Amino acid sequence: MRVKLDSKKLCSEFVKKIEEISGQDLMSCYQCGKCSAGCPMVFAMDILPNQIIRLVQLGLDEEIGKSKTIWLCASCITCGARCPRGVDLSKVMEALRQLTLRKNEDTVELSKMAQETIKELPQIALVSGFRKFTG
Amino acid sequence: MDLYYYPGCTLKTKSKNFEDSAIAALAALGVNLIELPRWNCCGAAFSLSDDDLIHQVAPVRTLIRAQEQGAAKLLTLCAFCYNTLKRANMIITHDADKKDTLNRFMDEEPDYSGGVEPVHLLEVLRDDVGWETLAEKVSKPLSGLKVAPYYGCTLVRPSDIALDDVEQPSVLHKLIEALGATAVGFPFETECCGSFQTVSTPEFVNECAWNILSSAAGRGAEVLAVSCPLCEYNLAVKQKELTVQYTGFKQLPVIYFTQLLALALGVDTEGCRFDLGYMNNQAFLESKGLIA
Ligand code: SF4
Ligand code: SF4
Repeated sequence: MRVKLDSKKLCSEFVKKIEEISGQDLMSCYQCGKCSAGCPMVFAMDILPNQIIRLVQLGLDEEIGKSKTIWLCASCITCGARCPRGVDLSKVMEALRQLTLRKNEDTVELSKMAQETIKELPQIALVSGFRKFTG
Repeated sequence: MDLYYYPGCTLKTKSKNFEDSAIAALAALGVNLIELPRWNCCGAAFSLSDDDLIHQVAPVRTLIRAQEQGAAKLLTLCAFCYNTLKRANMIITHDADKKDTLNRFMDEEPDYSGGVEPVHLLEVLRDDVGWETLAEKVSKPLSGLKVAPYYGCTLVRPSDIALDDVEQPSVLHKLIEALGATAVGFPFETECCGSFQTVSTPEFVNECAWNILSSAAGRGAEVLAVSCPLCEYNLAVKQKELTVQYTGFKQLPVIYFTQLLALALGVDTEGCRFDLGYMNNQAFLESKGLIA
């Protein structure tokens, strides 16, 4: 992917917000790719987890917005447990989701789910699912 | 030994087989569980946002209920509850500012400074009962049963709350061996089952489930032991679809480790609650000659 760097984007409000919500030092990441190598949902992602953090470092929020990756993360913390630089990428993924959810934009709707599925799902699935996908 | 116990929502509803078998097994070991009075939902998924303290109120309030009882430890069975309570307690013990904010926010509650340690049943079996004592109390060894230990995510990640080695945990292996069964290790022991993605992208969870189940079966496992109601759901319910989706896929029984524990300790079939669950484990165990 070809990206145009822009110094205004590098220190944008977006980068600051993600750093604040995630509590992670984004610049610690040196792009080794270990997070993507161990991610159990990577097969379904259009942008890899390490590419997500790179895009955040560069302030390219629009690119991230076009991708489904952050909504496919299962918060399994494999990336965070294995990162050699101590970056917990699961928290960066959460911060990125929060930017949408805090605008009250939900990505899952209870009314659109089948009644049988709702009845069948364990409570922790519903509670955690709605915590992750609704504002 | 008396232990205060936090069941959480799912064990009281969809996973009665997990709760009932654990209570029966612990009774056989001389451990009496006291259900925590006035417990509330822990929130299931720990909030990963640094600025989001409101979602720590629920787990901390439950820890305050345990503090009121004078409990030093609070036992959990559900791996999600273990994770959420343990991580919330870590915030209280490691972040003085957040601890103060939470205490001031809950001004109707007594102050809490992290004095209750959330523990998981696997830790109690390993650290308080011990494998040797447990093996001595086994009256019905599960000889010949090949069990794949499946840890999933929340017992072992992140590392600061892990109940065992993050990459190579062994506590479930040792439990299985103490019960007289054979532990069958496999590469996907700590791989995520897809978790809450089952709510939004269930089709992708099928692939996660297939990876885990086919890996365990490929190593010769006859049954997969789990410690989380969401793992049970994703790994058991998806199997019907997997049979259609993947040629050659063979169903693998999924069972709570507490049901195997109860069975080996001589708890009767009703007490082990093989009648519940998403798969016909009763028929499987009969075919293995472990229940009549
Ligand atoms: S593992 Fe850590 S350092 Fe490596 S790419 Fe991922 S976040 Fe960056
Ligand atoms: S937390 Fe999300 S990004 Fe990290 S390994 Fe798990 S699914 Fe992948």
